[in-house]
Amino acid sequence: MTLSETQSPLLRICALTKRFGGFTALHSVSVDIRPGERFGLIGPNGSGKTTLINCISGAFRTEPGTILFRDEDITRLQPHMRTRRGIARSFQIPRPFRSMTVAENLMVALDFAAGEHVSMTQRRDTMMSILDQMGLGSKVNASTTRLSQVELRKMELARAMATRPKLLISDEAMAGLSSSEVDEVLDLLLSLASRDITIIMIEHIMQAVMRFSERVMCLDAGRIIAIGTPSEVMADKRVQEAYLGT
Amino acid sequence: MKRDGIAFWTGAVVFLAAVLVMTQVVGNQYPFFAGYVILQSIALAVAWSILGGYAGYVNFGTSAFYGVGVYASVFLVSAFGAPLPVQILTGAAIGAVMGLALGLLTLRMQGIFFSIATIALTIVIETTVTNWRYVGGAAGIQIQRPAVTPPFDSYVQMLFFVQAVLVVLAVAISRYIHNSWIGRGLQALRDDELAAECTGVPTLRLKLLACVISGALMCAVGAPAAMYLQYADPGSAFNLNYSVTTLAMSLIGGTAHWAGPIIGAILLGTTQQVLTVTISSEVNLLVLGLMLVLFVVGAPEGIVGLIYKLRGNQKEGEI
Amino acid sequence: MFSLDLLLDAVVIGVLLGCFYGAVSLGLSVSFGLLDVPHVAHPAFLVLASYAVYFLNENYAVDPLVAGLLITPIFLLLGLAVYRLYYETFEKRGSDASVRGIAFFFGIAFIIEVVIILQFGVDQRSVTATYIGKAWRLGDIRIPYRLLVAFAVATALTMLLTLYLSRTFMGRAIRAVAQDQEALRLMGANPIKVKQWAFGIATAVLGIAGALLIIVAPVDPTLDRAYIGRTFCIVVMAGLGSLGGTLVAAIILGVAESIVLTLFGASWAPAISFAMLLGILAVRPQGLFGRRS
Repeated sequence: MTLSETQSPLLRICALTKRFGGFTALHSVSVDIRPGERFGLIGPNGSGKTTLINCISGAFRTEPGTILFRDEDITRLQPHMRTRRGIARSFQIPRPFRSMTVAENLMVALDFAAGEHVSMTQRRDTMMSILDQMGLGSKVNASTTRLSQVELRKMELARAMATRPKLLISDEAMAGLSSSEVDEVLDLLLSLASRDITIIMIEHIMQAVMRFSERVMCLDAGRIIAIGTPSEVMADKRVQEAYLGT
Repeated sequence: MKRDGIAFWTGAVVFLAAVLVMTQVVGNQYPFFAGYVILQSIALAVAWSILGGYAGYVNFGTSAFYGVGVYASVFLVSAFGAPLPVQILTGAAIGAVMGLALGLLTLRMQGIFFSIATIALTIVIETTVTNWRYVGGAAGIQIQRPAVTPPFDSYVQMLFFVQAVLVVLAVAISRYIHNSWIGRGLQALRDDELAAECTGVPTLRLKLLACVISGALMCAVGAPAAMYLQYADPGSAFNLNYSVTTLAMSLIGGTAHWAGPIIGAILLGTTQQVLTVTISSEVNLLVLGLMLVLFVVGAPEGIVGLIYKLRGNQKEGEI
Repeated sequence: MFSLDLLLDAVVIGVLLGCFYGAVSLGLSVSFGLLDVPHVAHPAFLVLASYAVYFLNENYAVDPLVAGLLITPIFLLLGLAVYRLYYETFEKRGSDASVRGIAFFFGIAFIIEVVIILQFGVDQRSVTATYIGKAWRLGDIRIPYRLLVAFAVATALTMLLTLYLSRTFMGRAIRAVAQDQEALRLMGANPIKVKQWAFGIATAVLGIAGALLIIVAPVDPTLDRAYIGRTFCIVVMAGLGSLGGTLVAAIILGVAESIVLTLFGASWAPAISFAMLLGILAVRPQGLFGRRS
C-alpha cells in the first residue's frame, strides 16, 4: 500500500444531519473511518447511533450532508447499491429471511452482492467457508426460525460477510447474549478485522467496546461528544455524564 | 436440477399432447367449456403467485388485468377483426405496461396500502370501460367468433388448447423464477425488505419485474375469454370474484413452491365446477371463501406447506 | 347544463353525504388507523349491519335507527371475537402475517357477501320510516330528510366517539396503544385487551352506521365493494387514526362525489373515491399524514 492510500479514509461522513419531522436525530455529524480500523460507536439510548448506521447503509435518506465511501459520493445511492460497493451491516434486532434456511440466507447475499459470475460449486464453497468461520457449519440447512439468539447473530454476520464487505457495521450484535457468547462474537469480529475488514461496532457492553476498538466515538442527542482512543473517551467527563444521566 | 428440468418439460409436452388428442377425440362440448375455466384458473393463480406469493404483495387487482385482457380483445376484434394470437400477444403487452405502471405507482406502498391500491385500480379501470361507448359501455358487447382453424372442429376446443398452452407458459415462467436468483431475491424481500436491500437485493427493480410478468400473464389469460364467452360486459369482466378466487387458489395451494397454485387451482377449480352444476354458484363461492379463511388461519403455508410438513418438518436445501 | 344553483345544491348535498361517509368510516379509522389491522372486511360488516337493520325493520317494523342501536351489542361481541381470532392467528406470528391477515379479511368479506346473497338474494333492499321519502325545501335546494337524519346521527356519533377516546380511561388507553404499546404495558394495562376492546368498539359503531347506510339509500349484497374505496379513501386522507380528520376528509369526498355526479353523471361516481385514494397513495405511500416517520 502506498502512503496516499492509507491516508485516504474508507468512509468519510461530512456534516450529516437527519431530521424526523421536527425532531433532529443527528446534528451535523462528521467523522472519518480509516481503512482497516476497528471503530467503536457508543452512546446512550436514543443518541442517534442506529440512525447514523441507517444513514450509512442507506435505509434513511439524509438531507444536508454527504457520505463518501472510497472517495465516491454514495449519499444518494439506494441501500443495495451501497451493499454492492462494500458496506454490509447486521441489525440490532436480527432480521433473517425467516422462510429460508441458513444456506439460502447466504445465497441471497452471494447471488446479489458478491458480483462476479461464479459457479454454483464455487458459491457453495464460499458459503461453507464463511459458515465454518462463524461456527455455523452444522446449521447450514437449518431453518432460521430454529436458531438460538447467538446463532441468529452469527448468521447475520455471516450473511453480511457473504456480500464481501470492505466495511462491516455491527449493530449491537451482542445484545442479550451471555458473557461467554459475547466473547465468542467478539472473537469473531476480531478475526474478521484481522482480515482487512473495517468494522464499526455499536455496543452497549463497555468491556466489549474497550477490548475491540482502536478508536471510539460517543454520540449524545445526535452530536459527537467525544472521539479518541477507548481510554480517552471513557475518561471524558461528558461521556460519563451522558451515561450516568444528569 | 437438470434432471428436474427434463422431467418438467416432458410433463409439459405430454400434457399438451393429451389436450390436443382430447380435442380430436372427445365430441361432447361440455368438458371443454368446463375445462377451459379450470385451465384459466390455473393460469391466473400461477401468474398471481409471482407477485402475490413469491414477493408477498397481495394483489387484489387480478380482475383489473383479466378485464383489460378481455377488453383488449374486444377492441381489437371490433376495430380490426384481429386474430386470436394477435389478441393474446397484444393483451400480454398491455398487461406488461399496466403492470409496470401499477408497480411504479404502488410498489413503494407497504402491505395493505398496496392491496387497497390494486382494488382501486380495478374499479377505476372498470368505470372507465363502463363509460367507453365503443366497446359497449355498461350494457356490454356481443362478439362474433371467426371460423375455426384446423385441426380443431369447434372454437371452444381450440380455445381449450390455447389456454392449455398459456398454462404451460405461465408455469414454465413461474418455475424458472422460483428456481433462479429472481425467486430468491423476491423471497428475501418478502421476508424482510430492508434486510434484503442491505444484502444487495435491488428490491424495487425485482418487484417491478414481478409485477410486469404477473400482469402480462394475467392479461394474456384474459384475452381469449372474450372469444370464449362471445360477449363481454364490464361488470363480469372486472368482477372482483376473479381476484378472490385467484388469491384463494394460490394461497390454498401454497406459494412456497411453484406447483402450489396449480394444485390449489385444480382442486378449487374442479370443486367450483361441480358445486356450480350440482348446487348453485353462490354455494360454490361460499365454499371458496370458507376454504380461504380456513386455510389462512389453519394452514398458512397451504397444501404445499402441509406436504412439506408431512415429508419431515423441513425442506432440504435444494442448492 | 351547469349553473351556480346546481353547484350549490351539489355542495350542500355533498356536505351532508360527507358526514354520513364519515360515520361509516369511524370504525375503520379506529381499527385500521389506530390499530393497524388491515380490515378490508370493514365495509362488509357495514353492509351486514344494514341487512340486520332491514330484517328487524321488515319483520318487526322496528325503526331503522332503533334497530341499529339494538344490533350494536351483537356487533360489539362480533368485533371482540374477530379481533381475538385475528390476533391469535396473525399478529402473534409476526413477519409473514400481514399477507395472510389481508387475505383473511378479504375472505371474511367475501363470505359475508355470499351469506347475504343466500339469505336475502341479490336484489336491493330498503327500510321504511316516516323520515324516508320526504324532503325539506330550503330555498331552491331540496334536501331529503333521510340525508338530514343521517347527517345528524353521523355528527353525534363522531362527537361521542371522539369524547370517548379523549375523556375516558379506556379511550386514552386505546390511543396510547397506537402510540407506544410498551409504555402501556409498563403502566399495567394489557395492550392486547385494549386493542381487542378498541376493535370491538369500532365494530359496534357499525351497527348504527349500517342503519344510516340503509336509511340513505337501498343496499345490495355487494355494496361493500364500493365502500372499500370510500372508507379507505377517507381514513387514509384523514391521516391514520384522526377522528376529526375523518370528518373533514369525508366531507371532501362527499362534495367531490356530489359534484362529479352532477357534472358527469352517475356512471362515473364509483371511481371517485378510488381515484382519490390512488392519488393520495401515489403521493404519500404511507397515507396523507403518516402517523410514523
